[in-house]
Amino acid sequence: MGKVLNYFPSPAKILIVDSNSSERCLLKRFFLEHSYIVVDAASGRDALTSFKKHRPDIVLLDLLMSDISGFDVAVRIKALAGDDFIPIVFLTSLQDERSLVRCVEVGDDFLAKPYSQIVLQAKINSLINMRNMQLTLINQRDEITNYNHDLLQQQDVAKRVFDRIAHAGVLGADNIKYHLSPLSIFNGDVMLAGVSPTGNLVVFLGDFTGHGLHAAIGSMPLAQTFYTMLKKGFSLREIVREINITLCEILPVDLFCCAFIAEINFNNCHLRVWNAGLPDCVIYRSSTREVVKLASNHIPMGINETLNFDATVRVYEIEPGDRLYVWSDGIHEAQNSRGDMFGEDRLMDVFACNSRVENLFEEINTAVDHFIGDSAAEDDVSLLEITMIKADLFKLDKRAALNSDGLGLKDWRMRLELRPETLKSFDPLPLLLHILMNVPHLQPYGGQVYTVISELYSNSLEHGVLGLDSAVKLSSVGFTEYYQHREASLAKLSKGYVIIDLDYSGNEEGGDLKIIIEDSGVGFDYQQMLCEDAFKNQFSGRGIHLIRSLSQSLHYAGSGNKAYATFVWSD
Amino acid sequence: MAITSTFSADSGDLVIAISGRFDFSSHQEFRGVYENVDVKSGAYVIDLANSSYLDSSALGMLLMLRDYAGGDEANVSIINCNNDVKKILNVSNFEQLFTIK
Repeated sequence: MGKVLNYFPSPAKILIVDSNSSERCLLKRFFLEHSYIVVDAASGRDALTSFKKHRPDIVLLDLLMSDISGFDVAVRIKALAGDDFIPIVFLTSLQDERSLVRCVEVGDDFLAKPYSQIVLQAKINSLINMRNMQLTLINQRDEITNYNHDLLQQQDVAKRVFDRIAHAGVLGADNIKYHLSPLSIFNGDVMLAGVSPTGNLVVFLGDFTGHGLHAAIGSMPLAQTFYTMLKKGFSLREIVREINITLCEILPVDLFCCAFIAEINFNNCHLRVWNAGLPDCVIYRSSTREVVKLASNHIPMGINETLNFDATVRVYEIEPGDRLYVWSDGIHEAQNSRGDMFGEDRLMDVFACNSRVENLFEEINTAVDHFIGDSAAEDDVSLLEITMIKADLFKLDKRAALNSDGLGLKDWRMRLELRPETLKSFDPLPLLLHILMNVPHLQPYGGQVYTVISELYSNSLEHGVLGLDSAVKLSSVGFTEYYQHREASLAKLSKGYVIIDLDYSGNEEGGDLKIIIEDSGVGFDYQQMLCEDAFKNQFSGRGIHLIRSLSQSLHYAGSGNKAYATFVWSD
Repeated sequence: MAITSTFSADSGDLVIAISGRFDFSSHQEFRGVYENVDVKSGAYVIDLANSSYLDSSALGMLLMLRDYAGGDEANVSIINCNNDVKKILNVSNFEQLFTIK
């Protein structure tokens, strides 16, 4: 606010108190001539009554009055005025210094009788100016107080909406522990956790430049993109790409988001991680106590629309009991009273000193709290711990069926043939999931059906059409290589196809979905599946074990390039 | 925190030297030294020899300069970084956006 507002109501109202009626009349006429609003009183008691009634801007006060002394009247008027600065000028014929000093102590100024009208007017004008300034100040103070009150109230409402969006999802799952400490009401960090239709847990930690509202604003579209795309079955790559594009579009140049995203597949015990600008995060191996660092190898999100996701995503094998630790730089940069930072070495010391892994999360928090002591945390301290568990322990809440009125796709068949230009750039799984979600009564099983179809589809695409060898995936280094290889082969693809054939019929008692997926590849020796050991060792990469556990039947035909799976459900 | 700028005598590059903590408090000042300055060589050099620390808003300011200097075509180098500063730039993989010496 650049302009100083004049809160003073003009013209000024003056209260003239004098027991001498001729003096009072003289003063009254003088001020009326100078456009003041004038009220007058002849005694101390009258003065107080008139003050309460008229609330003047300034008071001229006779010092010697018969009922109450001028000093006492002044003290009472000041008390009545409270915070409001209402100047009091004494009119006095007293000459002794003590009385005059008292006039300035109790009131604001004095004028010795007989007084000059010019001096009187100058004094009154100067005091009125002071009152104007003081009024302006008080009004501005009140305005700021009100403004701040409104702001806090608005922030509080916004924060509740924000929390529902930005810190929602499945952060409350049993195998997740998290800590978020807001520096201001809003936090520059965003923490998301959701479950894909295939049952994978996907977690996201983002750290926007700066703090507070401007940092929080970017997390709203981010969170919505994340949850919406995850629910619809989009791949990690597509989700990251979309979030990045959104942030590039909406954020100013100097605002960006350091991000870490991880997808945990509890079925095949794989962890895919992507770190774009956050400090090294960690996998803590429970059996060997090894600390595996997950370093950033990508520029943060919201800077460049082109992403290099496939070359920078990393895949790790994990075992139940292993833990993933994700943090923003708030922990590293937490300062103690001497200005030292907590730093990575102290953080690694906490890991080295840990004896019971289930206490590690609390130990990290305690170490940071202990280190910073009384000094308030400078950044947003965010910490996330995910414990790897067996797939069957990671349960999803069964959402109420979206389409429970029984309307929709009840009896149907579809055939989708995907040719090279589509295979190169389009993931058909979200589209298929969308269709399956419109099949009444099948929604509760949507995730399982989706898993079967997505496993079969990736087998057909990767091993059939692209001819990739799943044996490469046996080591974690190989896994990363495998996906880079997959990307390179896809980019060059010029022939081949995948046909997805779905045939469904069902009613409220039960139904079945026949899934046939055929590809242009040379197939594989599916006869060996009959031998349990061989199937375990050699075909683990094809996810056949998983498909079998979820569907009622799985068999292959032709050279192994055509898979038949049946999903049957009944109530 | 102080920001000074000079033109390099031989190359004509604008050299911006930052001392102390490079953080949000220098936002206006930092913009002030390169905006409305005609840099004939089109090249900008950020000298962090006396800069002990930079935060994410400083990274944001560097991105603003990069954008001002032509985005992907910009010629912005960051020189004389100490190890802490270098680490912060590395974590964000800023070597893909700036020449870091």
